[in-house]
Amino acid sequence: MSEFTKGPGASGLDAAASAPSGFSFENVHRNAMIEEMAKASGSASAAAGSSSNPGYLPSATKTGTTIVGLVYKDGVVLGADTRATGGSEVADKNCEKIHYLAPNIYCCGAGTAADTEKTTENISSQMELLRMNMGDAQSRVVTACTLLKRMLFRYQGYVSAALVLGGCDVNGPHIYQIYPHGSTAKLPYTTMGSGSLAAMSVFETGWTEDMSEEEGVELVKRAILAGVFNDLGSGSNVDVCVIRTDGTMTMDRGAVTPNDVKPLRDAIRRSDLLTMKAGTTAVLKSEFTPAKRGGVTLADVTVTAMET
Amino acid sequence: MSAALSLAAGGAAASRAPHPNAANAASASQRTTRPIVTGTSVLGIRYRDGVMLAADTLCSYGSMAKYKDARRLQKINPKTLIGGGGEYSDFQAITELLRRNALEDRCTADSLYEEDGAEECAREVWNYLRAVMYNRRNKMNPLWNHLIVAGFSQNADGSTGAPFLGSVDKIGTTYEDDVISTGFGAYLATPLLREKWRADLEEGEARALLEDALRVLFYRDCRALNRIQIAKVTKEDGV
Repeated sequence: MSEFTKGPGASGLDAAASAPSGFSFENVHRNAMIEEMAKASGSASAAAGSSSNPGYLPSATKTGTTIVGLVYKDGVVLGADTRATGGSEVADKNCEKIHYLAPNIYCCGAGTAADTEKTTENISSQMELLRMNMGDAQSRVVTACTLLKRMLFRYQGYVSAALVLGGCDVNGPHIYQIYPHGSTAKLPYTTMGSGSLAAMSVFETGWTEDMSEEEGVELVKRAILAGVFNDLGSGSNVDVCVIRTDGTMTMDRGAVTPNDVKPLRDAIRRSDLLTMKAGTTAVLKSEFTPAKRGGVTLADVTVTAMET
Repeated sequence: MSAALSLAAGGAAASRAPHPNAANAASASQRTTRPIVTGTSVLGIRYRDGVMLAADTLCSYGSMAKYKDARRLQKINPKTLIGGGGEYSDFQAITELLRRNALEDRCTADSLYEEDGAEECAREVWNYLRAVMYNRRNKMNPLWNHLIVAGFSQNADGSTGAPFLGSVDKIGTTYEDDVISTGFGAYLATPLLREKWRADLEEGEARALLEDALRVLFYRDCRALNRIQIAKVTKEDGV
């Protein structure tokens, strides 16, 4: 152990440790160990276990997902479904995938739910600090894109966040797509997530330049619905967010709810036998006996002072 | 024992010591491990008057667009069409097999004159293909195709029944529906076709729908071509 004590220059390292730069591969070894342990326990247990979830490893909650974004004449429209999956189970039927980055910039996230949530929160706070420091009234979408891609590249794809970033700034409306490894593309319309192909087929047949807001919102809803119904990783409702070049924003959570279970629940005919009102059965006599707790009551307790 | 079940270890199978039961010892026991010359999606749609299939005419050699006028939709008998994606040589073998069966049916028919019920209807072809594909899968040597069969069913009295559209994949899974797509089409075309499908589609509408779907495939499928083949089966005119 002594050979691993820190050398004389160690004190400088402490300051650097608080603000790490460059690649950090601390968890690679740990992850490899977990995989080994999982394989060992997985083969010991039933062979029928699927390779993606060998018993020991909990599967990350992923957002499965269909997320889309498009540019229309006066701004951008972002859309997302609301299903979060953990393996093949639906973990959250109505999660929120359109995250706030700045008053004029929002970001849809696909991939690991925690990664998309925390990454966007992190960049959101960085942008707010930047606005305070720079005296700027408004952040630019390209700033968010650059901050996100630099962080994601630093983590070499281990932060599993695939994002559709959209917003309006002084240079107009913009949509970016950002992949977990850090590559970005600036596009007039884009889709990501497991339902991206279903949504993209709707976009490819429907998108035109300079659409109106109604057309844009309608196309986004159709695209997300294509993902909701044709992709098993996406489901439940459609959330839509419109950001306009005039500075206004509309977040429509639950814009379309085709899978609402309330009508189904209401249609369940619960037998009246199960919900009886008090007094249905006549009371003939009532008698109250206070409960005895092991025969000891407060009256039985004598208080004596402690010997110190 | 896992080596015997691994498709990826096709080479390993050949280099193992000969199996005691080697009925095909002479053919060096090679198995299909991966497709070489491939066709991409095939789309099928049932409409008011019958069934329509569409596919592009490309066979790729890996990432090379090698054969740009390959016909991936073939007529089997006057009332049945098949389309296939995947390994083109396997598709040609299947087409040959089915045509051979159809010829035998014609030559051994009870009557020299054409009558309803003499040839296999599409549903019968589909069931036969299921048996063929599943059998090959059990020998761990699949025909690497996803096939679509289009035509009509046959009623009990031998007359032509309802329009039929079914698919068979390389492991023998069968599926019947109004709208079927194979390959990449399952992800890109099926959502579009399902959204727009109606039971009373006219021929023109069905064709336009298929062409729109193939256009999206050309945009987003790296192995697609912008030259297409369309085929239909109707009760009056056959294929």
